[in-house]
Amino acid sequence: MKFDLEIWRQTQGDDPGGFVRYPVEDISPDTSFLEMLDILNENLTSRGDDPIAFDSDCREGICGMCSLVINGEAHGPKRATTTCQLYMRHFDDGASITIEPWRSRAFPVVRDLAVDRSAFDRIMRAGGYVTVHSGPKPDPNDIPVDPAITEKAIDAATCIGCGACVAACPNGAAMLYTAAKVSHLSLLPQGQPERYERVQKMVDRMEKEGFGSCRNYGECEAQCPKEISIDFIGRMNRDLLRASVLEPIDLRGDMETQ
Amino acid sequence: MELNSNVPDGPIENKWTHHIDNIRLVGPRNRPHYRVIVVGSGLAGASAASSMAAMGYQVDCFCFQDSPRRAHSIAAQGGINAAKNYRNDGDSIYRLFYDTQKGGDFRSREANVWRLAELSTAIIDQAVAQGVPFAREYGGLLANRSFGGVLVERTFYCRGETGQQLLLGANSALAKEIAAGHVNMHTRTELLDLVVVDGRTRGIVVRDLVTGAISSHAADAVVLATGGYTNVFNLSTNARGCNVTATWRAHKRGAGFANPCYVQIHPTAIPAAGEHQSKLTLMSESLRNDGRIWVPKQKGDQRAPANIPESERYYYLEERYPRFGNLVPRDVASRNAKEVCDEGLGVGPTGAGVYLDFRDAIEEKGANVIETRYGNLFDMYERIASESPRKTPMRIYPAPHYSMGGLWVDYNLMTTLPGLFAIGEANFSDHGANRLGASSMMQCLADGYFVIPITIGDYLSRNPYGEIDTNHAAFRETEQEVKQRVGKLLDTSGSKPVEVFHRELGKIMMDECGISRNAEGLKDAIAKIPELRDRFWKEVRVPGTGEQFNQSLEHAGRLADFLEFAELMCHDALDRDESCGCHFREEHQTEDGETLRNDGDFAHVSVWEHKGVDQPPALHKEPLEFDALPLAQRNYKT
Repeated sequence: MKFDLEIWRQTQGDDPGGFVRYPVEDISPDTSFLEMLDILNENLTSRGDDPIAFDSDCREGICGMCSLVINGEAHGPKRATTTCQLYMRHFDDGASITIEPWRSRAFPVVRDLAVDRSAFDRIMRAGGYVTVHSGPKPDPNDIPVDPAITEKAIDAATCIGCGACVAACPNGAAMLYTAAKVSHLSLLPQGQPERYERVQKMVDRMEKEGFGSCRNYGECEAQCPKEISIDFIGRMNRDLLRASVLEPIDLRGDMETQ
Repeated sequence: MELNSNVPDGPIENKWTHHIDNIRLVGPRNRPHYRVIVVGSGLAGASAASSMAAMGYQVDCFCFQDSPRRAHSIAAQGGINAAKNYRNDGDSIYRLFYDTQKGGDFRSREANVWRLAELSTAIIDQAVAQGVPFAREYGGLLANRSFGGVLVERTFYCRGETGQQLLLGANSALAKEIAAGHVNMHTRTELLDLVVVDGRTRGIVVRDLVTGAISSHAADAVVLATGGYTNVFNLSTNARGCNVTATWRAHKRGAGFANPCYVQIHPTAIPAAGEHQSKLTLMSESLRNDGRIWVPKQKGDQRAPANIPESERYYYLEERYPRFGNLVPRDVASRNAKEVCDEGLGVGPTGAGVYLDFRDAIEEKGANVIETRYGNLFDMYERIASESPRKTPMRIYPAPHYSMGGLWVDYNLMTTLPGLFAIGEANFSDHGANRLGASSMMQCLADGYFVIPITIGDYLSRNPYGEIDTNHAAFRETEQEVKQRVGKLLDTSGSKPVEVFHRELGKIMMDECGISRNAEGLKDAIAKIPELRDRFWKEVRVPGTGEQFNQSLEHAGRLADFLEFAELMCHDALDRDESCGCHFREEHQTEDGETLRNDGDFAHVSVWEHKGVDQPPALHKEPLEFDALPLAQRNYKT
């Protein structure tokens, strides 16, 4: 197969960047999308050009390191699939393919197609945990958990933190990510003691990181490789409302100077 | 090199408790004065860093990924063992110990294995308290499933992503400590060398992968949690970034490397489709519970599998191992697959593949039952291979998966370099010559949550804190060496990309030091690897500069280390003139083609000392003792 690639090149965050056209040929339909880029990079290197930077690691759809907006869609055209699990047989022979990095103010470009998603980690640090030390704990069977609740918690916890939801959102909102993280713990008995403090702190951090607001476009759910439901956003908003009315916390200490 | 295992005295079931009672500790008021570096943020690294930080130590944690959550522990699918005996089927700490020892083919240190089994139950408790959503039964209690090679149900799981959930648990603990200022997290930062002063580990030199800046970090102790080295085969189930650099650098600085030839080859991965494949995807071993493995009896049979009649199918595992059938241990399944493919019976475009067929299971149990059990795995296979296992058999082939070998450590998990510790897959300690399914995560978390936070105190308490800072001349020297090495990679004047050499190395290692090995092939590899190394340094092209985000440079540095390490692996495989666990030497097999151990000559850990590149390594031996469980030949046939 052959393809006409339009790839975003940018040497670092503050460079303007732009698209560069790269034709590729002799690609087997069983090549994955990232392997196709590997082949292109090997060719670029052999002929003395600079290869294209892009992130990936596990290449089996779980680490969340790979990204790419492909023809305008986060992780490309196939539903419930990360870029590393996308194959060239999903494209027409001879097709033009546009490849861009995640676009969001909160995800600055590192180089070419690689971006900095550390804002996600900072949201987690604001409260995405249960406060426990390592050491002896009660037997887990002392607290039975309805398996339906566990399943729902896993539906949220299955988020791989890739950032597709942000890239897909016209507003660049991180609501689906934050909601998945909040809901995972707020559903389980272990997450109850810190439930209302957690949601307030995580949402506050999310807003400070420069993500946009949620307008219920639903693009995040449609492009999420793990098909996480936007119902979790509703769940988080209900928790947030309840928290701000019943147990508001003073976040002024966390305010940033203007 | 002195090998003192520091295993405490007394009966095996009391050793760990007795050790804790007698070990030196650092008091809570002193802990904040001690700096500890943890390299790696997977299950072992994240659990160790968060546990030590919560105790009060100042921790610096490093990972090469853009977030600690992406470490490759995340990809573990199946589950984690614990001797809870919730199923009342006769499980116990002894039985988990027994299974692990037997699975490791009696090549592990007994006291460490017992401790692992003993701590297994606390890991589940810890994880649940963090909010890890393990599968539950209708009554709300934890569910279990069975895993290959054992007779009890003791595996805890979260769908097919147990690794991700456990890592998110450990990472949430880490996130909390980072927020509290107890852990300083350095992402996209790679260890490039270790700083050793007067025989003690005093810090590390790292490269910021975004800016290229090379900097030093001093500490009172360094913990390596940097995972395994199966990417020496190029194609493996590991993530692309997994590498041997940290452990190899430590080895070159004086840490003994134990049993590097012990590598587990997982029997059920999707076969490679072509030369540019970047990774082998694992299919869960649970598929072997219902799938039947076969190849055509006739060589080069090109018919579609459905058109091959029953009488012309060779169900080789069922015929050879009537009791365990398709559920034989991983190494046995892998070796048999390679054998039938070497005989020319393999299937698929490359001939390196065997069928895993669900036709009979679907007929007997119904499509619905099979769909519930394996639906997601079938989808995953179909996505990659574009064939549906519901209609046609899967094709599978073994893939390098896990390295049992690693840095030698004593009972405190300290390497032969004082102040340097190794935990998780990076050390050698618990799995012997073969790892039992669902026990890798168990070891990482036992090491990280429960062992290292206590044992590191024994070392720290013997030494005053903050003796050396990064202004010491040793740091300047090591930094210079690192800069020179990076510069040398960038100065190469060849034209070939790094990947070309990685593929070549992978082929040598898979052919000569893979599923089965023999003296002739290993000698051949030991001759070929230095040649390849020379060619790499002459012919490679590393584009770009050192002061930028440069993925080719990262890969080149890692491959340069693999090219040295691979030779050691072959030396070890050649020296171990016996078959055991995953290490199958063709010269040593039973009449049935099973591994034949030589306990008289090889009941020891082989610990290698580095003598310089292009110099043969020196061998040291830690004899293994078997008090709690006498040596026995492994037998999965009857």
